[in-house]
Amino acid sequence: MAMLHTINKSPFERNSLDACLRLAKPGSAVLLIEDGIYAATKGTAVSDKVTQAMGGIKFFVLGPDVKARGISDDHMLDGVQVVDYAGFVDLVADHDNVQSWL
Amino acid sequence: MSTKRFLYVNRKAPYGTIYALESLEVVLIGAAFEQDVSLAFVDDGVYEIAKGQSTDGIGMKNFSPTYNALGDYDVRKMYVEKESLEARGLTVDDLMPLVYEDEEEDYAEKPSIHVVSSAELADIMEAQDVVLSF
Repeated sequence: MAMLHTINKSPFERNSLDACLRLAKPGSAVLLIEDGIYAATKGTAVSDKVTQAMGGIKFFVLGPDVKARGISDDHMLDGVQVVDYAGFVDLVADHDNVQSWL
Repeated sequence: MSTKRFLYVNRKAPYGTIYALESLEVVLIGAAFEQDVSLAFVDDGVYEIAKGQSTDGIGMKNFSPTYNALGDYDVRKMYVEKESLEARGLTVDDLMPLVYEDEEEDYAEKPSIHVVSSAELADIMEAQDVVLSF
């Protein structure tokens, strides 16, 4: 049962990322959307935590939300896969369940 | 009417919530009253003035160019907290190069953005007559 987790809150303002990483099982996927995309940027107070979690969890980020916020490709963490809206739909279809961390 | 020192404190990322846009609207309205206005960008507020914002893909208005207009409204003091930038892996080069024209020096363009430490920002905050938080 692989689950897709979505996070739409900034990791610097809410604990949604922490809660998700605490409770997501290995083999699941995390899709960062809206203000959640900041968790996928380099050199931040949370980037080590995210990189560590990549050992068991696949990370995706919604491209249009990244572009809107002016985050350039060279600011993105290595190992995070950028998807578009169609990719979002595919992720939902490919997983058994979706949990939204608000 | 006497001039008061107004500080607008911005602590929210743009687009995810309406705070950043509302703050900008209030700053523009307040600018019409010729007060001594400063803006502070703290915590996720530093993302409001990140350069290269492009909202075509999310169907929302990109209001970041409006920050460029603030200089024309005599809003020239934009304080960015250094600690907030660092916690987000950002430097001043990742921000829009906001400037104002100094009429006392032949309209030379001068930077509006000042990166300050928490301690410096605390002093700036304490020196205000009115603080508005977003």
